[in-house]
Amino acid sequence: MTVTLARTKRTFTVRTGVAILGFLAPAIVFVTAFTYVPLFIGSQMAFRNWNLNDLRDQEWVGFANFQEILSSPQWPTVLSNTAIWVFGSIIPQFILGFAIALWLRKKFRFRGLYQALVFFPWAISGFLIAIIFRWMFNADFGVFNDLLLRSGLVSEPIAWLAVPITGLIASIIANIWYGVTFFAIMILAALQSVPDDLLESASLDGAGKSRMLFSIIIPYIRDTLILTVLLRTIWILNFPDLIYGMTGGGPANQTHTITTLMVVTTRRGDYGVASALGLIVLAILIVFSAIYLYVLRDRKEQA
Amino acid sequence: MYERSGLGSRVARIIFLGIWLVITIFPLYWIIVTSLKTPGAIYTRPIEYWPRAFSVDNYVNLFERSSFSTYLLNSLLVSTVAATFATFSALFAAYVLARFHFRAKGLVMMAFLVTQMIPAFIALGPLFLMMTWLGLRDNKIGLILVYIAICIPFSTVMLRGFLANVPEALEEAAMIDGCTRIGALFRVIVPVMKPGIVATFIFNFVNSWNELFLSVTLMLRDENRTLPAALNSFVSGIAIDWESLSAAAVLTVVPTMILFAVASRYIVQGLTAGSVKG
Repeated sequence: MTVTLARTKRTFTVRTGVAILGFLAPAIVFVTAFTYVPLFIGSQMAFRNWNLNDLRDQEWVGFANFQEILSSPQWPTVLSNTAIWVFGSIIPQFILGFAIALWLRKKFRFRGLYQALVFFPWAISGFLIAIIFRWMFNADFGVFNDLLLRSGLVSEPIAWLAVPITGLIASIIANIWYGVTFFAIMILAALQSVPDDLLESASLDGAGKSRMLFSIIIPYIRDTLILTVLLRTIWILNFPDLIYGMTGGGPANQTHTITTLMVVTTRRGDYGVASALGLIVLAILIVFSAIYLYVLRDRKEQA
Repeated sequence: MYERSGLGSRVARIIFLGIWLVITIFPLYWIIVTSLKTPGAIYTRPIEYWPRAFSVDNYVNLFERSSFSTYLLNSLLVSTVAATFATFSALFAAYVLARFHFRAKGLVMMAFLVTQMIPAFIALGPLFLMMTWLGLRDNKIGLILVYIAICIPFSTVMLRGFLANVPEALEEAAMIDGCTRIGALFRVIVPVMKPGIVATFIFNFVNSWNELFLSVTLMLRDENRTLPAALNSFVSGIAIDWESLSAAAVLTVVPTMILFAVASRYIVQGLTAGSVKG
Protein backbone atom coordinates (compact mmCIF):
# COMPACT_ATOMS: atom_id res chain seq x y z
CA MET A 1 0.00 0.00 0.00
CA THR A 2 2.68 2.50 1.02
CA VAL A 3 4.73 1.54 -2.00
CA THR A 4 1.81 2.36 -4.24
CA LEU A 5 1.27 5.70 -2.57
CA ALA A 6 4.90 6.68 -2.83
CA ARG A 7 5.07 5.71 -6.46
CA THR A 8 1.83 7.45 -7.32
CA LYS A 9 2.87 10.68 -5.63
CA ARG A 10 6.12 10.75 -7.47
CA THR A 11 4.57 10.20 -10.87
CA PHE A 12 1.34 12.09 -10.45
CA THR A 13 1.92 14.58 -13.24
CA VAL A 14 -0.40 16.30 -15.69
CA ARG A 15 0.23 13.38 -17.99
CA THR A 16 -1.00 10.93 -15.40
CA GLY A 17 -4.00 13.12 -14.74
CA VAL A 18 -4.90 13.04 -18.42
CA ALA A 19 -4.41 9.26 -18.47
CA ILE A 20 -6.74 8.85 -15.49
CA LEU A 21 -9.39 10.99 -17.12
CA GLY A 22 -9.04 9.24 -20.45
CA PHE A 23 -9.36 5.79 -18.90
CA LEU A 24 -12.37 6.77 -16.81
CA ALA A 25 -14.11 8.74 -19.54
CA PRO A 26 -16.05 5.99 -21.36
CA ALA A 27 -17.47 4.52 -18.16
CA ILE A 28 -18.38 7.90 -16.70
CA VAL A 29 -19.93 9.20 -19.92
CA PHE A 30 -22.13 6.12 -20.33
CA VAL A 31 -23.28 5.98 -16.72
CA THR A 32 -23.96 9.72 -16.60
CA ALA A 33 -25.78 9.90 -19.92
CA PHE A 34 -27.95 6.82 -19.57
CA THR A 35 -28.41 6.44 -15.83
CA TYR A 36 -28.05 9.77 -14.05
CA VAL A 37 -29.50 12.07 -16.72
CA PRO A 38 -32.72 10.00 -17.08
CA LEU A 39 -32.91 9.73 -13.33
CA PHE A 40 -32.78 13.50 -13.08
CA ILE A 41 -35.36 13.96 -15.84
CA GLY A 42 -37.55 11.36 -14.12
CA SER A 43 -37.39 13.08 -10.75
CA GLN A 44 -38.73 16.36 -12.09
CA MET A 45 -41.44 14.56 -14.06
CA ALA A 46 -42.85 13.37 -10.75
CA PHE A 47 -43.97 16.94 -10.07
CA ARG A 48 -45.53 17.52 -13.49
CA ASN A 49 -48.68 16.46 -15.20
CA TRP A 50 -46.76 14.29 -17.63
CA ASN A 51 -48.57 11.88 -19.88
CA LEU A 52 -47.15 10.41 -23.07
CA ASN A 53 -50.59 10.37 -24.65
CA ASP A 54 -51.13 14.09 -24.07
CA LEU A 55 -47.95 16.06 -24.46
CA ARG A 56 -49.54 19.50 -24.88
CA ASP A 57 -49.41 20.64 -21.30
CA GLN A 58 -46.93 19.32 -18.79
CA GLU A 59 -47.45 21.97 -16.17
CA TRP A 60 -46.02 21.74 -12.67
CA VAL A 61 -48.53 20.24 -10.30
CA GLY A 62 -46.50 20.09 -7.10
CA PHE A 63 -47.35 17.02 -5.10
CA ALA A 64 -50.58 16.23 -6.96
CA ASN A 65 -49.17 12.98 -8.40
CA PHE A 66 -48.19 11.83 -4.93
CA GLN A 67 -51.60 12.75 -3.57
CA GLU A 68 -53.25 10.82 -6.35
CA ILE A 69 -51.21 7.74 -5.47
CA LEU A 70 -51.62 7.95 -1.71
CA SER A 71 -55.35 8.59 -1.84
CA SER A 72 -56.18 5.86 -4.35
CA PRO A 73 -58.25 3.02 -2.86
CA GLN A 74 -55.69 0.58 -4.24
CA TRP A 75 -52.75 2.02 -2.30
CA PRO A 76 -53.17 0.15 1.03
CA THR A 77 -53.30 -3.16 -0.87
CA VAL A 78 -50.21 -2.24 -2.88
CA LEU A 79 -48.31 -1.36 0.30
CA SER A 80 -49.28 -4.52 2.15
CA ASN A 81 -48.54 -6.63 -0.93
CA THR A 82 -45.10 -5.05 -1.12
CA ALA A 83 -44.40 -5.83 2.54
CA ILE A 84 -45.66 -9.42 2.20
CA TRP A 85 -43.65 -9.86 -1.00
CA VAL A 86 -40.40 -8.57 0.51
CA PHE A 87 -40.50 -10.21 3.94
CA GLY A 88 -42.27 -13.36 2.80
CA SER A 89 -39.46 -13.88 0.31
CA ILE A 90 -36.41 -12.76 2.22
CA ILE A 91 -36.93 -14.70 5.46
CA PRO A 92 -37.32 -18.19 3.93
CA GLN A 93 -34.55 -17.39 1.42
CA PHE A 94 -32.20 -16.49 4.25
CA ILE A 95 -32.99 -19.54 6.38
CA LEU A 96 -32.79 -22.03 3.50
CA GLY A 97 -29.72 -20.37 2.01
CA PHE A 98 -27.96 -20.46 5.39
CA ALA A 99 -28.82 -24.12 5.89
CA ILE A 100 -27.52 -25.07 2.46
CA ALA A 101 -24.34 -23.08 2.99
CA LEU A 102 -23.74 -24.80 6.36
CA TRP A 103 -24.23 -28.19 4.79
CA LEU A 104 -21.98 -27.35 1.88
CA ARG A 105 -19.17 -26.00 4.05
CA LYS A 106 -17.59 -29.38 4.62
CA LYS A 107 -15.99 -30.88 1.56
CA PHE A 108 -17.53 -33.99 0.10
CA ARG A 109 -17.19 -35.84 -3.14
CA PHE A 110 -19.00 -34.11 -6.02
CA ARG A 111 -19.40 -30.90 -4.01
CA GLY A 112 -18.26 -28.87 -7.01
CA LEU A 113 -20.79 -30.57 -9.25
CA TYR A 114 -23.51 -30.17 -6.64
CA GLN A 115 -22.81 -26.44 -6.35
CA ALA A 116 -22.86 -25.98 -10.09
CA LEU A 117 -26.24 -27.73 -10.33
CA VAL A 118 -27.81 -25.98 -7.36
CA PHE A 119 -26.60 -22.53 -8.37
CA PHE A 120 -28.00 -22.64 -11.89
CA PRO A 121 -31.21 -20.60 -11.25
CA TRP A 122 -28.87 -17.66 -11.28
CA ALA A 123 -28.46 -17.77 -15.01
CA ILE A 124 -32.22 -17.42 -15.57
CA SER A 125 -34.02 -14.11 -15.69
CA GLY A 126 -36.80 -13.32 -13.25
CA PHE A 127 -39.25 -13.06 -16.09
CA LEU A 128 -38.45 -16.55 -17.37
CA ILE A 129 -38.73 -17.95 -13.87
CA ALA A 130 -42.16 -16.38 -13.83
CA ILE A 131 -43.13 -18.09 -17.08
CA ILE A 132 -41.89 -21.48 -15.91
CA PHE A 133 -43.66 -21.22 -12.56
CA ARG A 134 -46.78 -19.84 -14.18
CA TRP A 135 -46.99 -23.09 -16.12
CA MET A 136 -46.35 -25.14 -12.98
CA PHE A 137 -49.11 -23.21 -11.16
CA ASN A 138 -51.53 -23.67 -14.06
CA ALA A 139 -54.90 -24.60 -12.57
CA ASP A 140 -55.70 -27.44 -14.99
CA PHE A 141 -52.37 -28.87 -16.11
CA GLY A 142 -49.97 -27.54 -13.47
CA VAL A 143 -47.62 -29.66 -11.40
CA PHE A 144 -48.52 -28.06 -8.08
CA ASN A 145 -52.20 -28.88 -8.35
CA ASP A 146 -51.44 -32.36 -9.62
CA LEU A 147 -49.22 -33.13 -6.62
CA LEU A 148 -51.69 -31.60 -4.16
CA LEU A 149 -54.58 -33.60 -5.63
CA ARG A 150 -52.64 -36.85 -5.75
CA SER A 151 -51.51 -36.49 -2.14
CA GLY A 152 -55.09 -35.75 -1.11
CA LEU A 153 -54.21 -32.40 0.46
CA VAL A 154 -56.87 -30.70 -1.60
CA SER A 155 -59.94 -32.18 -3.24
CA GLU A 156 -60.42 -29.52 -5.91
CA PRO A 157 -57.74 -27.90 -8.07
CA ILE A 158 -56.70 -24.45 -6.83
CA ALA A 159 -57.01 -21.57 -9.30
CA TRP A 160 -53.68 -20.19 -8.07
CA LEU A 161 -53.28 -17.16 -10.30
CA ALA A 162 -56.95 -16.26 -10.52
CA VAL A 163 -57.19 -15.33 -6.83
CA PRO A 164 -55.15 -12.44 -5.39
CA ILE A 165 -53.85 -14.11 -2.25
CA THR A 166 -52.82 -17.38 -3.88
CA GLY A 167 -51.39 -15.41 -6.80
CA LEU A 168 -49.14 -13.57 -4.38
CA ILE A 169 -48.25 -16.80 -2.57
CA ALA A 170 -47.35 -18.49 -5.86
CA SER A 171 -45.12 -15.55 -6.80
CA ILE A 172 -43.42 -15.69 -3.42
CA ILE A 173 -42.81 -19.45 -3.75
CA ALA A 174 -41.16 -18.83 -7.12
CA ASN A 175 -39.10 -16.01 -5.65
CA ILE A 176 -37.92 -18.14 -2.71
CA TRP A 177 -36.81 -20.82 -5.15
CA TYR A 178 -34.99 -18.18 -7.17
CA GLY A 179 -33.26 -16.33 -4.34
CA VAL A 180 -31.99 -19.11 -2.07
CA THR A 181 -29.00 -19.54 -4.36
CA PHE A 182 -27.79 -16.00 -3.80
CA PHE A 183 -27.81 -16.42 -0.02
CA ALA A 184 -26.17 -19.83 -0.27
CA ILE A 185 -23.32 -18.41 -2.39
CA MET A 186 -22.71 -15.37 -0.22
CA ILE A 187 -23.00 -17.20 3.10
CA LEU A 188 -20.88 -20.12 1.93
CA ALA A 189 -18.12 -17.71 0.92
CA ALA A 190 -18.32 -16.06 4.33
CA LEU A 191 -18.34 -19.42 6.14
CA GLN A 192 -15.14 -20.39 4.41
CA SER A 193 -13.49 -17.38 6.03
CA VAL A 194 -14.21 -18.75 9.52
CA PRO A 195 -10.88 -20.20 10.71
CA ASP A 196 -11.00 -23.95 11.23
CA ASP A 197 -8.87 -23.87 14.37
CA LEU A 198 -11.40 -21.55 16.03
CA LEU A 199 -14.09 -24.17 15.53
CA GLU A 200 -11.71 -26.95 16.45
CA SER A 201 -10.82 -25.47 19.81
CA ALA A 202 -14.48 -24.77 20.54
CA SER A 203 -15.27 -28.35 19.70
CA LEU A 204 -12.51 -29.58 22.04
CA ASP A 205 -13.97 -27.38 24.77
CA GLY A 206 -17.18 -29.34 24.36
CA ALA A 207 -19.30 -26.81 22.49
CA GLY A 208 -22.30 -28.37 20.79
CA LYS A 209 -23.25 -27.71 17.21
CA SER A 210 -25.93 -25.11 17.85
CA ARG A 211 -23.65 -23.44 20.39
CA MET A 212 -20.89 -23.19 17.79
CA LEU A 213 -23.34 -21.81 15.25
CA PHE A 214 -24.72 -19.07 17.47
CA SER A 215 -21.64 -18.19 19.53
CA ILE A 216 -18.90 -18.49 16.95
CA ILE A 217 -20.04 -18.76 13.34
CA ILE A 218 -22.82 -16.19 13.30
CA PRO A 219 -20.89 -13.50 15.22
CA TYR A 220 -17.88 -14.11 12.99
CA ILE A 221 -19.74 -13.57 9.73
CA ARG A 222 -22.20 -11.05 11.17
CA ASP A 223 -21.16 -8.17 8.90
CA THR A 224 -21.55 -10.24 5.76
CA LEU A 225 -24.97 -11.45 6.91
CA ILE A 226 -26.17 -7.92 7.66
CA LEU A 227 -24.95 -6.58 4.33
CA THR A 228 -26.26 -9.53 2.32
CA VAL A 229 -29.73 -9.27 3.84
CA LEU A 230 -29.82 -5.52 3.22
CA LEU A 231 -28.68 -5.79 -0.40
CA ARG A 232 -31.13 -8.57 -1.04
CA THR A 233 -34.04 -6.71 0.54
CA ILE A 234 -33.34 -3.72 -1.69
CA TRP A 235 -33.04 -6.02 -4.66
CA ILE A 236 -36.33 -7.82 -4.01
CA LEU A 237 -38.14 -4.54 -3.51
CA ASN A 238 -36.74 -3.42 -6.87
CA PHE A 239 -37.69 -6.64 -8.60
CA PRO A 240 -40.99 -6.42 -10.48
CA ASP A 241 -40.16 -9.03 -13.16
CA LEU A 242 -41.49 -12.05 -11.33
CA ILE A 243 -44.91 -10.79 -10.26
CA TYR A 244 -45.23 -8.99 -13.59
CA GLY A 245 -44.65 -12.28 -15.41
CA MET A 246 -46.82 -14.42 -13.15
CA THR A 247 -49.92 -12.36 -12.49
CA GLY A 248 -49.26 -9.08 -14.30
CA GLY A 249 -50.56 -7.46 -11.12
CA GLY A 250 -53.95 -9.09 -11.58
CA PRO A 251 -56.57 -10.25 -11.01
CA ALA A 252 -58.21 -6.82 -10.78
CA ASN A 253 -54.87 -5.16 -9.91
CA GLN A 254 -54.90 -6.96 -6.55
CA THR A 255 -51.37 -8.41 -6.64
CA HIS A 256 -49.43 -5.26 -7.50
CA THR A 257 -46.41 -4.24 -5.50
CA ILE A 258 -45.13 -0.67 -5.79
CA THR A 259 -42.64 -1.62 -8.47
CA THR A 260 -44.99 -3.67 -10.66
CA LEU A 261 -47.50 -0.84 -10.40
CA MET A 262 -44.77 1.50 -11.55
CA VAL A 263 -43.88 -0.63 -14.56
CA VAL A 264 -47.52 -0.93 -15.59
CA THR A 265 -48.05 2.84 -15.11
CA THR A 266 -44.99 3.57 -17.24
CA ARG A 267 -46.22 1.27 -19.98
CA ARG A 268 -49.52 3.21 -19.95
CA GLY A 269 -47.52 6.38 -20.67
CA ASP A 270 -48.40 8.03 -17.38
CA TYR A 271 -44.84 9.11 -16.66
CA GLY A 272 -45.72 11.72 -14.04
CA VAL A 273 -47.38 9.23 -11.70
CA ALA A 274 -44.82 6.53 -12.53
CA SER A 275 -41.95 8.84 -11.57
CA ALA A 276 -43.71 9.79 -8.36
CA LEU A 277 -43.99 6.06 -7.56
CA GLY A 278 -40.27 5.74 -8.29
CA LEU A 279 -39.43 8.48 -5.82
CA ILE A 280 -41.63 6.81 -3.22
CA VAL A 281 -39.70 3.55 -3.71
CA LEU A 282 -36.44 5.44 -3.36
CA ALA A 283 -37.65 7.11 -0.14
CA ILE A 284 -38.72 3.75 1.29
CA LEU A 285 -35.33 2.26 0.42
CA ILE A 286 -33.40 5.05 2.08
CA VAL A 287 -35.54 5.04 5.24
CA PHE A 288 -35.47 1.25 5.48
CA SER A 289 -31.70 1.06 4.99
CA ALA A 290 -31.09 3.77 7.56
CA ILE A 291 -33.31 2.14 10.20
CA TYR A 292 -31.92 -1.32 9.48
CA LEU A 293 -28.31 -0.25 9.77
CA TYR A 294 -29.02 1.89 12.82
CA VAL A 295 -30.81 -0.87 14.71
CA LEU A 296 -28.13 -3.44 14.00
CA ARG A 297 -25.25 -1.13 14.81
CA ASP A 298 -26.85 -0.11 18.07
CA ARG A 299 -27.05 -3.70 19.24
CA LYS A 300 -23.39 -4.28 18.47
CA GLU A 301 -22.31 -1.37 20.63
CA GLN A 302 -24.33 -2.60 23.59
CA ALA A 303 -22.91 -6.08 23.36
CA MET B 1 -12.05 -32.66 11.16
CA TYR B 2 -13.25 -30.65 14.10
CA GLU B 3 -16.78 -31.96 13.96
CA ARG B 4 -17.28 -35.64 14.45
CA SER B 5 -20.53 -35.96 12.60
CA GLY B 6 -22.52 -39.03 13.50
CA LEU B 7 -24.26 -41.24 11.03
CA GLY B 8 -27.60 -39.58 11.79
CA SER B 9 -26.49 -36.08 10.92
CA ARG B 10 -24.75 -37.29 7.78
CA VAL B 11 -27.91 -38.99 6.60
CA ALA B 12 -29.93 -35.86 7.42
CA ARG B 13 -27.49 -33.80 5.42
CA ILE B 14 -27.63 -36.06 2.41
CA ILE B 15 -31.43 -36.11 2.49
CA PHE B 16 -31.69 -32.34 2.84
CA LEU B 17 -29.21 -31.60 0.08
CA GLY B 18 -30.84 -34.24 -2.12
CA ILE B 19 -34.30 -32.76 -1.68
CA TRP B 20 -32.97 -29.31 -2.44
CA LEU B 21 -31.28 -30.57 -5.58
CA VAL B 22 -34.57 -32.05 -6.81
CA ILE B 23 -36.46 -28.85 -5.99
CA THR B 24 -33.86 -26.78 -7.84
CA ILE B 25 -33.65 -28.91 -10.93
CA PHE B 26 -37.33 -29.74 -11.32
CA PRO B 27 -38.64 -26.48 -12.89
CA LEU B 28 -35.98 -26.67 -15.57
CA TYR B 29 -36.66 -30.35 -16.16
CA TRP B 30 -40.35 -29.61 -16.37
CA ILE B 31 -40.12 -26.82 -18.96
CA ILE B 32 -37.80 -28.93 -21.12
CA VAL B 33 -40.07 -31.98 -20.89
CA THR B 34 -43.12 -29.83 -21.62
CA SER B 35 -41.47 -28.44 -24.74
CA LEU B 36 -40.63 -31.93 -26.00
CA LYS B 37 -44.10 -33.45 -25.71
CA THR B 38 -46.20 -34.09 -28.77
CA PRO B 39 -48.70 -31.34 -29.62
CA GLY B 40 -51.77 -31.65 -27.43
CA ALA B 41 -50.06 -33.90 -24.90
CA ILE B 42 -49.44 -31.08 -22.44
CA TYR B 43 -53.16 -30.39 -22.21
CA THR B 44 -54.11 -33.89 -21.09
CA ARG B 45 -54.62 -35.34 -17.66
CA PRO B 46 -53.23 -37.11 -15.79
CA ILE B 47 -50.02 -35.18 -16.29
CA GLU B 48 -47.21 -37.16 -17.91
CA TYR B 49 -44.12 -36.65 -15.76
CA TRP B 50 -42.18 -38.64 -18.29
CA PRO B 51 -43.64 -38.15 -21.76
CA ARG B 52 -45.02 -41.15 -23.58
CA ALA B 53 -43.60 -39.79 -26.83
CA PHE B 54 -41.01 -37.15 -27.57
CA SER B 55 -41.24 -34.72 -30.46
CA VAL B 56 -39.72 -31.46 -31.64
CA ASP B 57 -42.98 -30.29 -33.22
CA ASN B 58 -43.33 -27.48 -30.69
CA TYR B 59 -39.95 -26.11 -31.79
CA VAL B 60 -40.80 -26.42 -35.46
CA ASN B 61 -44.11 -24.64 -34.89
CA LEU B 62 -42.41 -21.91 -32.89
CA PHE B 63 -40.11 -21.02 -35.77
CA GLU B 64 -42.89 -21.32 -38.33
CA ARG B 65 -45.54 -19.32 -36.51
CA SER B 66 -43.37 -16.50 -35.16
CA SER B 67 -40.21 -14.66 -36.20
CA PHE B 68 -38.32 -16.45 -33.47
CA SER B 69 -35.06 -16.60 -35.43
CA THR B 70 -35.18 -12.79 -35.75
CA TYR B 71 -35.65 -12.39 -31.99
CA LEU B 72 -32.81 -14.81 -31.39
CA LEU B 73 -30.46 -12.89 -33.69
CA ASN B 74 -31.51 -9.54 -32.19
CA SER B 75 -30.72 -10.78 -28.69
CA LEU B 76 -27.43 -12.24 -29.81
CA LEU B 77 -26.37 -9.02 -31.52
CA VAL B 78 -27.49 -6.63 -28.78
CA SER B 79 -26.01 -8.70 -25.95
CA THR B 80 -22.69 -9.32 -27.67
CA VAL B 81 -22.07 -5.69 -28.61
CA ALA B 82 -23.28 -4.31 -25.26
CA ALA B 83 -21.23 -6.81 -23.25
CA THR B 84 -18.09 -6.13 -25.28
CA PHE B 85 -18.24 -2.34 -24.91
CA ALA B 86 -19.27 -2.53 -21.26
CA THR B 87 -16.47 -4.93 -20.39
CA PHE B 88 -13.79 -2.78 -22.02
CA SER B 89 -15.07 0.52 -20.64
CA ALA B 90 -15.21 -1.11 -17.22
CA LEU B 91 -11.71 -2.54 -17.61
CA PHE B 92 -10.26 0.92 -18.24
CA ALA B 93 -12.15 2.41 -15.31
CA ALA B 94 -11.27 -0.50 -13.03
CA TYR B 95 -7.60 -0.18 -13.93
CA VAL B 96 -7.50 3.47 -12.92
CA LEU B 97 -9.52 2.83 -9.75
CA ALA B 98 -7.27 -0.05 -8.73
CA ARG B 99 -3.93 1.57 -9.49
CA PHE B 100 -4.17 5.30 -8.80
CA HIS B 101 -5.09 7.39 -5.83
CA PHE B 102 -6.82 10.61 -6.73
CA ARG B 103 -9.27 12.89 -5.05
CA ALA B 104 -12.42 12.08 -7.01
CA LYS B 105 -11.93 8.32 -6.68
CA GLY B 106 -14.32 7.91 -3.76
CA LEU B 107 -16.92 9.94 -5.62
CA VAL B 108 -16.65 7.80 -8.76
CA MET B 109 -16.94 4.57 -6.76
CA MET B 110 -19.93 5.97 -4.89
CA ALA B 111 -21.62 7.07 -8.12
CA PHE B 112 -21.21 3.54 -9.48
CA LEU B 113 -22.43 1.82 -6.32
CA VAL B 114 -25.51 4.03 -6.02
CA THR B 115 -26.67 2.87 -9.47
CA GLN B 116 -26.90 -0.64 -8.02
CA MET B 117 -29.36 0.51 -5.35
CA ILE B 118 -31.80 2.65 -7.28
CA PRO B 119 -34.69 1.04 -9.09
CA ALA B 120 -33.55 0.94 -12.73
CA PHE B 121 -37.04 1.39 -14.11
CA ILE B 122 -37.37 4.92 -12.67
CA ALA B 123 -35.50 5.76 -15.85
CA LEU B 124 -37.82 3.86 -18.21
CA GLY B 125 -39.99 6.78 -19.25
CA PRO B 126 -37.16 9.35 -19.48
CA LEU B 127 -35.03 6.93 -21.52
CA PHE B 128 -37.89 6.48 -23.95
CA LEU B 129 -37.98 10.27 -24.41
CA MET B 130 -34.21 10.63 -24.66
CA MET B 131 -34.06 7.95 -27.32
CA THR B 132 -36.86 9.67 -29.20
CA TRP B 133 -34.87 12.94 -29.15
CA LEU B 134 -31.72 11.14 -30.26
CA GLY B 135 -33.59 9.37 -33.04
CA LEU B 136 -32.61 6.02 -31.49
CA ARG B 137 -36.00 4.83 -30.33
CA ASP B 138 -36.94 1.47 -31.79
CA ASN B 139 -33.31 1.10 -32.79
CA LYS B 140 -30.88 -1.56 -31.62
CA ILE B 141 -28.13 1.02 -31.10
CA GLY B 142 -30.30 2.82 -28.56
CA LEU B 143 -30.93 -0.36 -26.60
CA ILE B 144 -27.23 -1.25 -26.74
CA LEU B 145 -26.21 2.16 -25.34
CA VAL B 146 -28.53 1.75 -22.38
CA TYR B 147 -27.36 -1.82 -21.71
CA ILE B 148 -23.73 -0.69 -21.74
CA ALA B 149 -24.54 1.94 -19.14
CA ILE B 150 -26.35 -0.61 -16.97
CA CYS B 151 -23.53 -3.15 -17.14
CA ILE B 152 -20.60 -0.81 -16.47
CA PRO B 153 -20.87 -0.11 -12.73
CA PHE B 154 -20.96 -3.70 -11.55
CA SER B 155 -18.35 -4.80 -14.09
CA THR B 156 -16.04 -2.10 -12.84
CA VAL B 157 -16.36 -3.22 -9.24
CA MET B 158 -15.89 -6.85 -10.26
CA LEU B 159 -12.84 -6.21 -12.48
CA ARG B 160 -11.30 -3.97 -9.86
CA GLY B 161 -11.43 -6.93 -7.49
CA PHE B 162 -9.65 -9.16 -10.02
CA LEU B 163 -7.08 -6.44 -10.80
CA ALA B 164 -6.18 -6.12 -7.13
CA ASN B 165 -4.72 -9.63 -7.39
CA VAL B 166 -2.45 -8.76 -10.31
CA PRO B 167 0.94 -7.56 -9.05
CA GLU B 168 1.77 -4.02 -10.07
CA ALA B 169 5.36 -5.00 -10.75
CA LEU B 170 4.18 -6.73 -13.93
CA GLU B 171 3.12 -3.62 -15.74
CA GLU B 172 5.90 -1.54 -14.22
CA ALA B 173 8.40 -3.89 -15.78
CA ALA B 174 6.61 -3.62 -19.11
CA MET B 175 6.60 0.16 -18.93
CA ILE B 176 10.30 0.27 -18.09
CA ASP B 177 10.80 -1.84 -21.19
CA GLY B 178 9.17 0.93 -23.20
CA CYS B 179 5.49 0.01 -23.20
CA THR B 180 2.95 2.78 -22.94
CA ARG B 181 0.41 2.50 -20.15
CA ILE B 182 -2.27 1.31 -22.51
CA GLY B 183 0.20 -1.08 -24.13
CA ALA B 184 1.10 -2.49 -20.72
CA LEU B 185 -2.57 -2.93 -19.90
CA PHE B 186 -3.26 -4.95 -23.02
CA ARG B 187 0.00 -6.85 -23.35
CA VAL B 188 0.63 -7.71 -19.71
CA ILE B 189 -2.48 -7.35 -17.58
CA VAL B 190 -5.22 -8.56 -19.93
CA PRO B 191 -3.55 -11.94 -20.54
CA VAL B 192 -3.03 -12.47 -16.81
CA MET B 193 -6.60 -11.69 -15.83
CA LYS B 194 -8.27 -13.33 -18.80
CA PRO B 195 -10.58 -15.53 -16.66
CA GLY B 196 -11.85 -12.46 -14.82
CA ILE B 197 -12.46 -10.58 -18.05
CA VAL B 198 -14.25 -13.54 -19.62
CA ALA B 199 -16.42 -13.92 -16.51
CA THR B 200 -17.29 -10.22 -16.58
CA PHE B 201 -18.14 -10.42 -20.26
CA ILE B 202 -20.40 -13.43 -19.69
CA PHE B 203 -22.08 -11.76 -16.73
CA ASN B 204 -22.82 -8.69 -18.88
CA PHE B 205 -23.95 -10.81 -21.81
CA VAL B 206 -26.39 -12.78 -19.66
CA ASN B 207 -27.77 -9.64 -18.03
CA SER B 208 -28.37 -7.98 -21.40
CA TRP B 209 -29.81 -11.19 -22.81
CA ASN B 210 -32.29 -11.40 -19.93
CA GLU B 211 -33.36 -7.74 -19.74
CA LEU B 212 -37.09 -7.23 -20.26
CA PHE B 213 -38.52 -3.82 -19.34
CA LEU B 214 -36.16 -1.55 -21.27
CA SER B 215 -36.49 -3.77 -24.28
CA VAL B 216 -40.30 -3.66 -24.32
CA THR B 217 -40.24 0.08 -23.67
CA LEU B 218 -37.69 1.11 -26.29
CA MET B 219 -38.38 -1.43 -29.04
CA LEU B 220 -41.72 -1.03 -30.76
CA ARG B 221 -41.63 -2.97 -34.01
CA ASP B 222 -41.89 -6.74 -33.91
CA GLU B 223 -38.74 -7.17 -36.03
CA ASN B 224 -36.73 -5.34 -33.35
CA ARG B 225 -37.82 -7.46 -30.40
CA THR B 226 -35.32 -9.27 -28.23
CA LEU B 227 -36.15 -12.67 -26.71
CA PRO B 228 -37.62 -11.50 -23.39
CA ALA B 229 -39.76 -8.93 -25.19
CA ALA B 230 -40.96 -11.63 -27.58
CA LEU B 231 -41.82 -13.93 -24.66
CA ASN B 232 -43.67 -11.02 -23.09
CA SER B 233 -45.79 -10.65 -26.20
CA PHE B 234 -46.47 -14.41 -26.11
CA VAL B 235 -47.89 -14.22 -22.59
CA SER B 236 -49.71 -10.91 -23.06
CA GLY B 237 -52.39 -12.39 -25.28
CA ILE B 238 -55.67 -13.76 -24.01
CA ALA B 239 -54.88 -17.43 -24.55
CA ILE B 240 -51.30 -18.51 -23.96
CA ASP B 241 -49.90 -21.08 -26.38
CA TRP B 242 -47.92 -23.05 -23.82
CA GLU B 243 -46.54 -25.43 -26.44
CA SER B 244 -44.65 -22.76 -28.39
CA LEU B 245 -43.96 -20.77 -25.25
CA SER B 246 -42.25 -23.69 -23.51
CA ALA B 247 -40.03 -24.22 -26.55
CA ALA B 248 -39.23 -20.50 -26.65
CA ALA B 249 -38.44 -20.48 -22.93
CA VAL B 250 -36.03 -23.41 -23.30
CA LEU B 251 -34.24 -21.76 -26.23
CA THR B 252 -33.91 -18.56 -24.19
CA VAL B 253 -32.63 -20.24 -21.05
CA VAL B 254 -30.20 -22.79 -22.41
CA PRO B 255 -27.54 -20.46 -23.89
CA THR B 256 -27.28 -18.46 -20.67
CA MET B 257 -27.04 -21.62 -18.61
CA ILE B 258 -24.16 -22.91 -20.69
CA LEU B 259 -22.34 -19.58 -20.41
CA PHE B 260 -22.91 -19.41 -16.68
CA ALA B 261 -21.66 -22.94 -16.23
CA VAL B 262 -18.45 -21.97 -18.02
CA ALA B 263 -17.84 -18.90 -15.91
CA SER B 264 -19.67 -19.56 -12.64
CA ARG B 265 -16.53 -20.16 -10.60
CA TYR B 266 -15.09 -16.76 -11.52
CA ILE B 267 -18.39 -14.95 -11.25
CA VAL B 268 -18.91 -16.28 -7.73
CA GLN B 269 -15.34 -15.26 -6.91
CA GLY B 270 -15.95 -11.75 -8.25
CA LEU B 271 -19.24 -11.40 -6.43
CA THR B 272 -18.11 -12.59 -3.05
CA ALA B 273 -14.63 -11.05 -3.00
CA GLY B 274 -15.79 -7.70 -1.66
CA SER B 275 -18.03 -9.06 1.05
CA VAL B 276 -15.55 -11.52 2.46
CA LYS B 277 -12.61 -9.15 2.58
CA GLY B 278 -14.79 -6.37 4.01
